[in-house]
Amino acid sequence: MLPTLFEVARFRRELNDVFTLELTPPAGAFPFRAGQFNMLYPFGVGEAPISISGDPDRPERLIHTIRAVGAVTEALERLRPGDGVGVRGPFGSAWPVAEVEGMDVVFVAGGIGLAPLRPAIHQVLANRTRYGRVVILYGARSPEEILYRAELERWSGRLDTYVDVTVDRASPGWAGNVGVVTRLIERARFDAPNTAAFLCGPEIMMRFTVEALNSAGVEDRRIHASMERNMKCAVGFCGHCQFGASFVCKDGPVFRFDRIRSRFNVREL
Amino acid sequence: MSQFEGIDKLLRDHPFFSGMKPDYLELIAGCGANERIDAGQYLFREGEAADRFYLIRHGAVAVELHAPGREPMVLQTLGEGEILGSSWIVPPYRWLFDARAVQLTRVVGLDAKCLRDKCEADHSLGFDLMKRFAPVLSARLAAARLQLFDMYGKPGERRG
Repeated sequence: MLPTLFEVARFRRELNDVFTLELTPPAGAFPFRAGQFNMLYPFGVGEAPISISGDPDRPERLIHTIRAVGAVTEALERLRPGDGVGVRGPFGSAWPVAEVEGMDVVFVAGGIGLAPLRPAIHQVLANRTRYGRVVILYGARSPEEILYRAELERWSGRLDTYVDVTVDRASPGWAGNVGVVTRLIERARFDAPNTAAFLCGPEIMMRFTVEALNSAGVEDRRIHASMERNMKCAVGFCGHCQFGASFVCKDGPVFRFDRIRSRFNVREL
Repeated sequence: MSQFEGIDKLLRDHPFFSGMKPDYLELIAGCGANERIDAGQYLFREGEAADRFYLIRHGAVAVELHAPGREPMVLQTLGEGEILGSSWIVPPYRWLFDARAVQLTRVVGLDAKCLRDKCEADHSLGFDLMKRFAPVLSARLAAARLQLFDMYGKPGERRG
């Protein structure tokens, strides 16, 4: 339960209020599975659960992409190379990347939800021949708020990967798609009965995305969603992240959708 | 192959008309013509007579709203396999928005009056068409509402 001191190796500004911290693991490597998160502790301020957004095959670089939205994340935003930060983790469940080998894989990300999906995308693309069609669909608020733009362009340039991006609000000069991310599902081609879908983004986005995937023929048991909840202990003691019979910190954050469907639309949860 | 037969096949291959009875497709094809729109060219503008209904075959079309003193606002982009335009079916048959090709776009343009007349003459055809139209309009309305929700805005501290 005690945090370990990590050193900030690199700070990178991604968007106006989003930044990436690259940390150096003191042991030289920090093994984790795609989809897991860490509790980051800027000393004296508090802890925040932050998904690991780096490549699981490069455990010597511990990467987190963070949106500054409160006291803790704003303190993290002030960190610079050489500063120390407390780390507990890795925690939680992972994207079932190995289990879906042989299938088409559809990633649907919204906003900063691309960050927790990125490790899984890295893994799938690194083992590209083991999967069928790979589809990456991304929705952002505006062209200025597209996360990992260069990486999306790189993935888009691959002949073996289908990438489609849309924004809710276009600005002058934007020649790409305008409209919600769920509409990209209708346009993407995949073999629905043999497709696994990984979703991460605002809950309302995932709600409509599941509907669109179901309409396309993807079953709930093939859909995996990463949930967000307020977390404190990250090990299932405190109950802050209770989600019905589950704790998001230890049973999630990645859930198979058929196991949470009955709770997903319950307003009080 | 005649122009008529060509349109018939294009309609059959377009998702909007998937599964439609061949005789209906033939009737509708009689109202259609292939059109090519260059990037930047407008298919229609707000206030003009809504005399067409479009099936997009290739390319992309931005549906825009104009207001004096402002940049045009793109509400939605439509692409391959989608339909464009619903004002042709609702009196007074005037376009409510502008539609601009974002890239070279190929469409089947269906003459609205021809189509309306055929739907009036054969209500079964009209009903079939309406059953295809309603879900598309409903989905677009839902999508527009979701866009209004600003779902990527900051709801508070979140895992990132």
